[in-house]
Amino acid sequence: MSKRHLIAAAVAFALAGPAPAQESELGKIRGEIKQMKDAYEKRIQLLEKRLSEAEAKAGNAESAAAKAESTATMAEQNAAKAEAGTASLASARGGENAFNPAISLILQGTYANTSQNPNTYQITGFVPPGGGVGPPKRSFGLGETELTIASNIDPYFRGVAIASLAPDGGVSMEEAYFQTLALSRGFTLKGGRFFSGIGYLNEQHQHAWDFQDAPLVYKAFLANQLKQNGLQLKWVAPTDLFMEVGAEASAGDQFPGSDRNKNGIGGSAVFANLGGDIGASTAWRAGVSYLQMSPNGRSYQDVDSTGNATTNAFTGSAKMWGVNGVLKWAPNGNTTYNNFKLQGEYFRLRQNGTLNYSSAAFPSVTSYFQTDQPGWYVQGAWQFYPRWRVGYRYDALSYSTLSNGIVNNGLGPTAADFPVLASHRPTRSTLMFDWSPTEFSRIRLQLASDKSRRGLTDNQVFVQYIYSLGAHGAHKF
Amino acid sequence: MKWLRWGLPAVLWLAAQPALAALNIFACEPEWGALSKELGGDKMNVYVATNALQDPHHIEARPSLIARARSADLVVCTGAQLEIGWLPLVQTQAGNAKIQLGQPGYFEAASNVVPLEVPTLVDRVQGDVHPGGNPHIQLDPRNIAKIAAALGERMAQLDPPEADNYRARTKAFLERWREAIVRWEKEAAPLKGLPVIVYHKNMTYLIAWLGMKELGSLEPKPGLPPTASHLSDLLAQLRRDPAKAILLAAYNDPRGGDWLAERAKVRVLILPFTVGGNTRAKDLFGLFDDSIAQLLTAQ
Repeated sequence: MSKRHLIAAAVAFALAGPAPAQESELGKIRGEIKQMKDAYEKRIQLLEKRLSEAEAKAGNAESAAAKAESTATMAEQNAAKAEAGTASLASARGGENAFNPAISLILQGTYANTSQNPNTYQITGFVPPGGGVGPPKRSFGLGETELTIASNIDPYFRGVAIASLAPDGGVSMEEAYFQTLALSRGFTLKGGRFFSGIGYLNEQHQHAWDFQDAPLVYKAFLANQLKQNGLQLKWVAPTDLFMEVGAEASAGDQFPGSDRNKNGIGGSAVFANLGGDIGASTAWRAGVSYLQMSPNGRSYQDVDSTGNATTNAFTGSAKMWGVNGVLKWAPNGNTTYNNFKLQGEYFRLRQNGTLNYSSAAFPSVTSYFQTDQPGWYVQGAWQFYPRWRVGYRYDALSYSTLSNGIVNNGLGPTAADFPVLASHRPTRSTLMFDWSPTEFSRIRLQLASDKSRRGLTDNQVFVQYIYSLGAHGAHKF
Repeated sequence: MKWLRWGLPAVLWLAAQPALAALNIFACEPEWGALSKELGGDKMNVYVATNALQDPHHIEARPSLIARARSADLVVCTGAQLEIGWLPLVQTQAGNAKIQLGQPGYFEAASNVVPLEVPTLVDRVQGDVHPGGNPHIQLDPRNIAKIAAALGERMAQLDPPEADNYRARTKAFLERWREAIVRWEKEAAPLKGLPVIVYHKNMTYLIAWLGMKELGSLEPKPGLPPTASHLSDLLAQLRRDPAKAILLAAYNDPRGGDWLAERAKVRVLILPFTVGGNTRAKDLFGLFDDSIAQLLTAQ
């Protein structure tokens, strides 16, 4: 309508503008304008009428098409139409952004109350694995923020990078690996940095665990989780029963190994898993694994009997074997309402080599050092109501054999100069409740009585949140 | 040479494995398992990854699924992100190049049909939305026909020696299916305009096909369980604008539906949703026979 006015006004302006008009001429002009206006209006009405007729026809055509569709003979033609439709949709999605990888982010944080100082955390009786295995900071604390970027690279490879952003700055790569897509015959090759396939929990990311922290055996023997810098080859057998074997070759620079500055393979691992279903309700997996590392000068700090700093460096071999099992149950396999998960793992770490002790009083003392220590945990988590779970975990490490040549041979330092290696059997009981409004959010309360330190009990209360943003992740079994 | 006595037969046995059946099919959902059997007959070795009593949104990448996907020639899934929580893992763990995205051995049913409810706002404040549209496409038999035509052709492509057989079976199936659709549409004519409540937005294609009217869902947002406040809102709504039935899938929790049904004086119908959802839904024909028969009791 406004367009019509505009045209009329423009015509009027064009006619009226140039010459000073007489009264009679003005009347004439007005008459002409009126005629033009009427003519336009008639034409517009005609056009509108034709338009509405056309629309009605189109509507008829649509309903006719709908009718035709429901008479199933058209089904195949429609399939072709649909294909053409999706094809045009796909091309519309073009542009440089079309190849953006999947990006997801995990937000985590805790509120922690602990009866012992988390800064003095240690697992007495066991060689310290380095920092980062203690409980979170007291009060409110940000957990690690995890950024995942993943995509198929080409028809042959897939790439995954997972960066951990530390709350006080700094980025560490949790995983950054390529994986083959086209090897076939059950083989998959992975390379770069990845969580080792040993054990059950090791390959899972911390935010997918059922508890806020790792089992003691993972803390003491694997510094929470073993990352390998190397290659992994896995093979799945062509059987209905799940059978998988894998081997890894790595630099062996992660605990219980250490950076060796040597050519060749510094660490290796093999593992085998079996799995299957029992009816529709139960699924299980059981596995064995073996890890071998050759630490060279792997050191930790301690204090001697007078409180002065000492450095202890181990060189030799570290071998660990383990068994693990997990069983999941849900009525008819429908996990939405109720489900139960039971898992347990046992590891035994043997170290054989030499320990070099240095302090102000004894600048360098070296002798044999051997350990043979097992540890295990068992845990269960029960979703008793949609979104709500309760879980319990029991952890234990056994001191078993720890033989220190420096002390046994009377080379100077005594057992009191190795306080972290004092005889102790660490245990822990942990109870958790969590609520997951959707699969992208979880809030957890965790209570633990942690006897990792000799003679001390740490009563812990954690409240934790885990949020998952972006691309929908798929969790391992 | 003692190892030869055992080793050689073992190697031969392993080598002979794939030859036992012409095609190994890994079907993500029961409806595609049933369709594969219809089109492939005894040339198929069909493994169905999930059952009708399982919520298809919450499936785990169980070891048994990885083992079966390892030897699959063709994976038949819904797509439209329905399997996003588990299938990508199975694909990367199985060491099988044939079933990767973009390969002929990966068949996505949803890409053959026109999706409904494609969200204009893709944001998780909307609940568990699927950017590609509603993925529960199997409850419109016209979709099944389109998918059958494409799947039969895919089987023919993957197994050329048996191609004619697949094409003939597909043709025969489509003939029977079209007759059935005509029959179902005739039977279901009185259902036009039938007002219903659903649990999850998983009956959308059935409702659209039969021209029923969806008044609401027990879930406040897709994927969120029914809450007391949402149910009482629904109850108030039903008192103003009554529905004839509450439609649940076999895997849905009946409690919310029962609560509402009792107060709003509406019937709860537990539809099979897919093949195996009840004893009458033995195959795809049974699935629609039973769904329509149940719906007719509600009008």
